Amino acid sequence: MADWQIGRSRFEIGVKESLKQNTCAAIGEENSKNLAAVERSGGMSVLELNALELGKKIKSGEVTVLEAVEACLARIKEMEPTIHAYVTVVDEERAVERAKKVQAMIEEGALTSPLAGVPVAVKDNLCTKDLRTTCSSNILYNFVPPYTAEAVWNLEKAGAVILGKTNMDEFAMGSTTETSAFGVTRNPWNTEHVPGGSSGGSCAAVAAKECFYALGSDTGGSIRQPSSFCGVTGIKPTYGTVSRYGLIAYGSSLDQVGPIGKTVSDCAAVLEAVSSYDNKDSTSIPRKDLDFTSALVDDVKGMRIGIPRDYLGEGLDEEVRAAVLEAAGEMRQRGAVVEEFDLSLTEYAIPAYYVIASAEASSNLARFDGVKYGLRAKEYEGLHQMYKKSRSQGFGPEVKRRIMLGSFVLSSGYYDAYYLKALRTKALIKEAFDRAFAEYDMILGPAAPTTAPKLGESLRDPLKMYLGDIYTVAVNLAGLPAMTAPWGQDKQGLPVGLQLIGDCFQEKKIIRAAYTFEQIREGR
Amino acid sequence: MANSITDETMEYVGILAKLELTKEEKEQAKKDMGKMLDYIDKLNELDTAGAEPMSHVFSMNNVFRQDVVTNGDGREDMLKNAPEQKEGAFKVPKTVE
Amino acid sequence: MSRQYETVIGLEVHVELATKTKIFCGCSTEFGGAPNSHTCPVCMGMPGALPVLNRQVVEYALAVGLAANCQINQYCKFDRKNYFYPDNPQNYQISQLYLPICHDGWVEIETAGGTKRIGIHEIHMEEDAGKLIHDEWEDCSLVDFNRSGVPLIEIVSEPDMRNADEVLAYLDKLRMMIQYLGASDCKLQEGSMRADVNLSVREAGSPRLGTRTEMKNLNSFKAIARAIEGEKRRQIELIEEGKMVIQETRRWDDNKEYSYAMRSKEDAQDYRYFPDPDLMPVVISDEWIKEIRHRQPELQPEKMRRYQEEFRLPEYDAEILTSSKHMADVFEETVALCGKPKEVSNWLMVEAMRLLKEHEQDAQDMSFGPANLAKLIDLVDRGVVNRTVAKAVFEAIFARDVDPAAYVEEKGLKMVSDEGALRTVIEGVLEANPQSVADYRNGKEKAMGFLVGQTMRAMKGKADPSVVNKIVKELLTK
Repeated sequence: MADWQIGRSRFEIGVKESLKQNTCAAIGEENSKNLAAVERSGGMSVLELNALELGKKIKSGEVTVLEAVEACLARIKEMEPTIHAYVTVVDEERAVERAKKVQAMIEEGALTSPLAGVPVAVKDNLCTKDLRTTCSSNILYNFVPPYTAEAVWNLEKAGAVILGKTNMDEFAMGSTTETSAFGVTRNPWNTEHVPGGSSGGSCAAVAAKECFYALGSDTGGSIRQPSSFCGVTGIKPTYGTVSRYGLIAYGSSLDQVGPIGKTVSDCAAVLEAVSSYDNKDSTSIPRKDLDFTSALVDDVKGMRIGIPRDYLGEGLDEEVRAAVLEAAGEMRQRGAVVEEFDLSLTEYAIPAYYVIASAEASSNLARFDGVKYGLRAKEYEGLHQMYKKSRSQGFGPEVKRRIMLGSFVLSSGYYDAYYLKALRTKALIKEAFDRAFAEYDMILGPAAPTTAPKLGESLRDPLKMYLGDIYTVAVNLAGLPAMTAPWGQDKQGLPVGLQLIGDCFQEKKIIRAAYTFEQIREGR
Repeated sequence: MANSITDETMEYVGILAKLELTKEEKEQAKKDMGKMLDYIDKLNELDTAGAEPMSHVFSMNNVFRQDVVTNGDGREDMLKNAPEQKEGAFKVPKTVE
Repeated sequence: MSRQYETVIGLEVHVELATKTKIFCGCSTEFGGAPNSHTCPVCMGMPGALPVLNRQVVEYALAVGLAANCQINQYCKFDRKNYFYPDNPQNYQISQLYLPICHDGWVEIETAGGTKRIGIHEIHMEEDAGKLIHDEWEDCSLVDFNRSGVPLIEIVSEPDMRNADEVLAYLDKLRMMIQYLGASDCKLQEGSMRADVNLSVREAGSPRLGTRTEMKNLNSFKAIARAIEGEKRRQIELIEEGKMVIQETRRWDDNKEYSYAMRSKEDAQDYRYFPDPDLMPVVISDEWIKEIRHRQPELQPEKMRRYQEEFRLPEYDAEILTSSKHMADVFEETVALCGKPKEVSNWLMVEAMRLLKEHEQDAQDMSFGPANLAKLIDLVDRGVVNRTVAKAVFEAIFARDVDPAAYVEEKGLKMVSDEGALRTVIEGVLEANPQSVADYRNGKEKAMGFLVGQTMRAMKGKADPSVVNKIVKELLTK
């Protein structure tokens, strides 16, 4: 079997575009009415389980894989007109077939993973063989990959059943999922608000119980920020931990795939399943410490936690600040040492990030040209017009903006001033984190300056939107692991998330702290 | 705005990136890019003289594959998504010679 | 032309490496095959596909660099060269700009003007593009990505050459060296070796370089020589007319013997190179370099010296035999089989070279095996065939690699040494040529040669010449 065919899925899934929603039909109260209706129908109880709980019940025979899948598909049918978390939902027939196959393999003892049989949603920038993969872009509106991304393949080997592909900001460029070419996704907590982005579809799907867990990707906060906005847990692992093979690149040196789930335990288990050394990805790192679930310990005694003063400064919403400080207090009570400190260089992370990410993106997205796959303009005269028209029709405004910025900063005469300068800044930012982690086991802070903004508020001023990434992008520049753990809600009832940042390869420390936070929250 | 982007620059970037913008899009893009570059100029406040440009965070090297054929005929799969094809090849407008 | 001009030439030589697989994926590099049958997501630039470097590419690049006396960048990286073209699936080519694997080397060339060192500016590794086929029927182009991702090294010379002779000598030198290293077969016609010529002219004695142009599409040594002359002429004319030479890439049309600018307003020639984030740096240890040096095969100058000493061959013969790795290999393997270096050398130097010239072929195109040449030498040695017949047999070996013994048997070419049989034939010849017999007897010794010739002719060349000589003499002096 060819190298690239290893990710061949064992089943073929048909393609069905999910219903596009035009109006915001149900919000708030009406939503809960819908939920109640589904609950009465008897399908709901399964959906209340988290991924590991479901996995256990499937193993014990209490729930069948088919029941779980059908519950999800029913829930998707119910919720999608409102939430629109999916770009593509698999054909029911195919999902059922896959569910039966997995069920049989579990019964034979061929599948033993705690996630075997648990339905999952996959961000639409991860290639899935024979299942349309669009990056929420017009330019890939019809792209059906001939291979499966390594991370997804690892889940399939564990017995996952894919429900569909989730909506995202086009090519992961954005913080609201509003730049999708296939319509916005709404925040299940309040459908007038965005779910965050770019993994907004994945986070919304988990929050709306349209799946048991999801995969996302994080280039500058794209797992952590929407997790925060949607009140779910998400991990961006150390760069190189999860293979990028089959992840459609945005900023190659920054991109990482990670799990989004209802609980810290689910995320740890999923991360354990998707992480692997992959010889198809030159940036993959061989690690022997991928047993992340071993860190699910409710104990932070003696843990040294630093809170960067810059992360509590100007621009931070009062309620979010209060939540972070309250969480810090809880840690102290549990025996952790919590201190504020100066991380420094925080304000330089965003400009450095946008130079590097845009430069890489301008090159990574050059392959979308109407020659080999995806959209080709209908009318054109000659080669160059075909390129220009296909790309101009295929890409949305935010993607064009970043491609142009990236082309400019790499162009003759500007390379040193912009690109090299940004790479030097990156080195300094990494050093600043190294100094911090010489003192602390973990850094605590907010995942975003505010809770989820209203739909349509952010795109008006791109620069302002970029500034919302202030607490997340530095982590990607330094290749660090970080995660979001939910911590209550603001007065509007919107979720607030904490961000936990670890040193390279120290996922276990932040998982342990996040698990402790979760225990505190559940004990309330 | 310290960085004012000229029409020529936009034209040039359009050629590099193979993007064709409408007049309105171009005006907006000029403003956006100028604003973004102003913001990026913030990096100039920082003395980075002592720092080596960092492409990769981790200092791994020599990631190789062995010279062994592992792929068979991938033609059918590779052509499946072609917008236009002819005789097993990708069809494109005539290239200038 | 009133003023004297000097031509300044530098070369960019692309060489396809002899690896089994492409530079960044496990697809075969084999020639031929249906369009796009040697492709995968990586060399097709599919979204999400990632490159992984073929170690053998680094080894070959190092071997060539060391043979060309280069410094090695023990920390080298790959960069992306960004430009749009349909044969370039990612619309960037993975190459090396900032830290190429080798730099600052030299090779020595010999021309009628003497010995000269040509500097090597750098050698870098990169990937080849796909192939564009122009479809005349539909006025469109078709892309075949089978060559996409085939490993190349680009050898960039210093602008050290001054005329076509030096350029051809330099190319010959590179080709021979790389073939000896086994790093490539370096066939210009098939495109496994390609040369772009950077050329400028300046007034003789001027210390400043003129504006240069880069010429592409040079498919043979002859085309290169013609292109140099043509471009030199074009630039001098421009200067004489008071016009400017524009720095640009030009395409040589060998039929029209003229170069044409490849400019397009859609090409900015701004490649926006930056380090490829998908690939890790290559670190080349002292041990690795030592290992490559140790493994380096015997190169031409050493081999030539050895042939003179070991096989007692004249310098000229040793040079011809070693001028191609393939020729040298055939020579040594045949000698190993038959143990007659002088004989083998003769066959190759005289007959093989003559046939190559006749067929306008290179030494590396010789396709016969050493075993059959060795067998032929043995047949001559044992007196089974005479030299005249052997030449015909060699032609058959050269063309179709036939087994000489079987061939001789089949065609009935065995030498006739049987005195009784020959005597009858010779008696007939003497009878038919009484004048010559009389001439000989009257002291015209030359007449005997004619009679021997007539006998050989009657025998269709198969007679043993020494026996024929003996009997003719005997009968004439009777």
